Amino acid sequence: MDKKYIVSPSPHIHADVSTTKIMRDVIIALCPAILVSILAYGWAELLVLLVSVASCVLLEWAVTRWMLKRPSTVGDLSAVVTGLLLAMNLPSSIPLWIVFVGAVVSICVAKLPFGGIGQNVFNPAITGRVFLLVSFPAQMTDWTPTAGFLSVPDAVSGATPLGVLKETLKSGGTISQFMETNGYTWSSFFFDLGASAGELSAGALLLGFIYLLVRRVVKPWIPLSILGTMAIIAAIFSGINPDAYTGVAFNLLTGGALLGALFMATDYVTSPMSNLGGIIYGIGIGVIVMMIRYFGSYPEGMSFAILLMNCAVPLLNMWFHQKKYGRA
Amino acid sequence: MGKLTFSMGGVHPHDSKYARECAIEELPLPQTVYVSMAQHLGAPAKPLVAVGDSVKVGQVIAEPGGFISAFVHSPVSGTVKAIAPRKDLAGNFVTHVEIAVEGDEWDPAIDRSKDLVTAIPDDKAAILDKIKAAGVVGLGGATFPAHVKLNPAPGKVAECLILNGAECEPFLTSDYRIMIERPKEIVIGAAIMQKVLGGCRCVIGIEENKPEAIAAMGAAVRELGYPGIEVKVLKKRYPQGGEKQLIDAVMRRQVKSGGLPIDVGAVVQNVATSLAVYEAVQKNKPLITNVLTITGDQIPGNLQHNYLFRIGMPLSWIVEQAGGIPETAAKLISGGPMMGKAISNLDAATVKGSSSVLYLSEGMTRRKPATSCIRCGKCADACPMGLEPFLLNRLYKAADLEGLEANAAQDCIECGCCLYSCPAYIPLLDNIRQAKGQVMGVIRARAAAAKAAAEAAKAAATNK
Amino acid sequence: MTQTFIWTVAILTVLGLLLALILFWVARKFKVEEDPRIDEVEKVMPGANCGGCGFAGCRAFADAAVKATNLDNQYCPVGGDEVMQKVASILGFTVAAKAPQVAVVRCNGTCSARPRINEYDGVQSCRVKAALYSGDTGCAFGCLGCGDCVAACQFGALTMDPETGLPVVDESKCTACGACTKACPKHIIELRPKGPRGMRMYVSCLNKDKGPVAKKACASACIGCGLCAKTCTHDAITVVDNVAYIDAAKCKLCRECEAVCPTGAIHGVNFPKELDKEAVKKRIADRKAKAAEAAKAAEEKKEVANG
Repeated sequence: MDKKYIVSPSPHIHADVSTTKIMRDVIIALCPAILVSILAYGWAELLVLLVSVASCVLLEWAVTRWMLKRPSTVGDLSAVVTGLLLAMNLPSSIPLWIVFVGAVVSICVAKLPFGGIGQNVFNPAITGRVFLLVSFPAQMTDWTPTAGFLSVPDAVSGATPLGVLKETLKSGGTISQFMETNGYTWSSFFFDLGASAGELSAGALLLGFIYLLVRRVVKPWIPLSILGTMAIIAAIFSGINPDAYTGVAFNLLTGGALLGALFMATDYVTSPMSNLGGIIYGIGIGVIVMMIRYFGSYPEGMSFAILLMNCAVPLLNMWFHQKKYGRA
Repeated sequence: MGKLTFSMGGVHPHDSKYARECAIEELPLPQTVYVSMAQHLGAPAKPLVAVGDSVKVGQVIAEPGGFISAFVHSPVSGTVKAIAPRKDLAGNFVTHVEIAVEGDEWDPAIDRSKDLVTAIPDDKAAILDKIKAAGVVGLGGATFPAHVKLNPAPGKVAECLILNGAECEPFLTSDYRIMIERPKEIVIGAAIMQKVLGGCRCVIGIEENKPEAIAAMGAAVRELGYPGIEVKVLKKRYPQGGEKQLIDAVMRRQVKSGGLPIDVGAVVQNVATSLAVYEAVQKNKPLITNVLTITGDQIPGNLQHNYLFRIGMPLSWIVEQAGGIPETAAKLISGGPMMGKAISNLDAATVKGSSSVLYLSEGMTRRKPATSCIRCGKCADACPMGLEPFLLNRLYKAADLEGLEANAAQDCIECGCCLYSCPAYIPLLDNIRQAKGQVMGVIRARAAAAKAAAEAAKAAATNK
Repeated sequence: MTQTFIWTVAILTVLGLLLALILFWVARKFKVEEDPRIDEVEKVMPGANCGGCGFAGCRAFADAAVKATNLDNQYCPVGGDEVMQKVASILGFTVAAKAPQVAVVRCNGTCSARPRINEYDGVQSCRVKAALYSGDTGCAFGCLGCGDCVAACQFGALTMDPETGLPVVDESKCTACGACTKACPKHIIELRPKGPRGMRMYVSCLNKDKGPVAKKACASACIGCGLCAKTCTHDAITVVDNVAYIDAAKCKLCRECEAVCPTGAIHGVNFPKELDKEAVKKRIADRKAKAAEAAKAAEEKKEVANG
């Protein structure tokens, strides 16, 4: 043989998959929600998105190139996903330098020091968001609606619905009062209630998630167990006292519940590998979210819940394995 | 009728059966053949001929070198030129008998007519002897001597003979062609094996992407009318033809780790093995020929073939007959793209289990650089044994043999699904194969030590 | 306010005392009695935990040494005689000095001498590559070049030379722990005595193929011609399976074999002067001529005596 043929162990072919393609699918899945947010909040939202993505990508590139001195991992698009998720967790009126600070925390604290993609214990975007929430609570929870390309019929001003609700309850009001004063109707929750981009449209998020399911990028168990747990807890509590505790639909469709359950908790790296582990992880998140929402001082708890359950992932991976062939 | 399939894992590579329409052609004889003494699983065969001996087609030239071993026969007539080490397709030295071809004179005992012999002999022991004497080995890949598998240990009862016509490996079409061209022989072979196993039922499993084969085999079964044989359609899913997966699909039973198919009452044989059994028992023809596919991606139609070859023909000679190696080929493989072996030495001789020469192009086969594991779990989803390749890979790198055994590295069937589906291109199977070897070594050493201890105790007891 | 302070201090103090008591009790209850000499021995060990001695680590070595009745079966290749003397003095044993050893790479199939005939595309691991096939060169015995030995070395003594594709041993760092010899699936690396001032001779090839086959695969292969064995006046060289081997115990470092080797498979290292092949060949020729003359003279004498 004159030509040097390749020799390698089997298998000799490979499926048409790659990390980049998976990340691209996640980006595509986020597109409907991003589009809705841009339509609703206009240039300001677009700017937040751009700054967040650009900062994350640049930071990842710079750090891998100059500090870690190894091949850049920008090409796998994971930094883009982190940037998008971070931006979708921020109000559109937030000062851009705060967005950059969030990106620094996401990439340079939560991701790369652990070894970069695949090695981080905590979801980078959530770590960034929580850091900002704790450091800049005013900017993170209060928001002035920026001018959108479409007028949003029930747009509220001042604070996120969960924030307003917390204030109402604190000052001794009831939920029905809150509903009346803010002009909410249950049906309007599905498309136009929210604060940050990712919390705006449940429909758009679900659409994106269905795309991920169809493409077999994610499995439905984690979101189902999170939302299921939240629904059960909400049903029990609101059943006991509907004036002190919000109901099922309200809890599932407001705040970061859907964004967190569908896109953040399903992050490969920081979620358990086995289906059973995933379900327990989801139940944990669901319980923590509802506890924070009902009894905590923060109006929203999705980020904290996911971060806390991220800690449990190594343990869940150790305890739960998938069923093996020919072994009981 | 529902399509059968196994219960966990699996992948869906494109089936790429480009050579499916190529009828089986018989290859002309080369000047020299090299017959390997290690063509089967188990101990190498011991040559019975000497340099200078003249041999006929079908004459025994080597005897089994152990319990798990097989007879080897001369595929040609001519003179033995040498008995010497020669490189196999991986470049490792194996003893070969080199025979210079002179004419084509067959052993007179062999029935070369095309007449079907449908009457099944009654004597089980005689049938087994014939199968053993004909050197029949499993042609599905493992080349396990057939007479050993068809003769279960005392106390083990075969409930179902599964005939493997899945041919789940992409590209390969040799089983498909024999199922279309010689379905009756295969069915008679199955009936013979049924007889040997004590009249158990027989299921012929064929993947859904071969409707012509399903039809041909179904017609043959109906026409011949042997009791207890049926054709079942399997889903197209790799590795449907894996022994353990096929048992799971057909019988809904799983073989325990370290166990044998017969433990759950199953015997699995390939359709090509069934054909070889037919020829051995009904025609006195030993296993000296087999069918092999010449195919690949980006290969013109005139280079695609299904050949009936004599065992011992050099691969290079077959490739030459088929029109040479195409320009686009970057890798040559013997076997399928998922489990086949890359050929580093094209001068190597074909063996009983040779099933193809596969040309893959650079773009199809070149591995991409591995990146970090993103813990997506796709390898675990793809593993048909329910293992967690990402974990085994990590444990192997940490040299944690106990962890590997606890996580069942020894159960790996090396099907390649994990590496195939890894989005980070991590060479999972490369490492897990090593890990499996190391764990098997530990298990064997432990078993040997336990056996020695038991024997010592027994000896001590008898001495008292 | 003061009340709070007092309470806090009091509770913490009580809690601390309570926990201390529990800890004290646990330490007493679960104390493992160990021979104090194990600690002493471990202290003088190098602490590399390399496993070169055959034990799981330095602690295991120390444990075994304390329990043993002599040190004949134990040797720390990293610490060498110095450490063994210390261990012996702690335990009251005597040990004989051993010649220091060093890892020697016995393959000289550089990229230029040994052309590649196919391209390996699997994981960069010699073990995996060796399990798959005979390698990407015509030589089935030589270095596979994936650097399993480099990965196995804990002392940074091995590096891959990108030019030759072969591992290089840094003698100053090599402790002869033997990890590389176990890691190499082709068993190319051998521990050999370091030799006086590091001077030593070895055959840098393991190719068992017959001469022409070996030569075709690799220009610097040992072709088993036996010239070296014929030349050697110290009976130090044997040729088995078409490969020469130099017994370091018998070798007198005369370098004659190196001079006569037609393929350059025999290597002499750390000699102060470069080998003057022609001079050595002349020396051998002179000696042979003299021997022939002497034989002739003896023959004549015999004839005279007989006649």
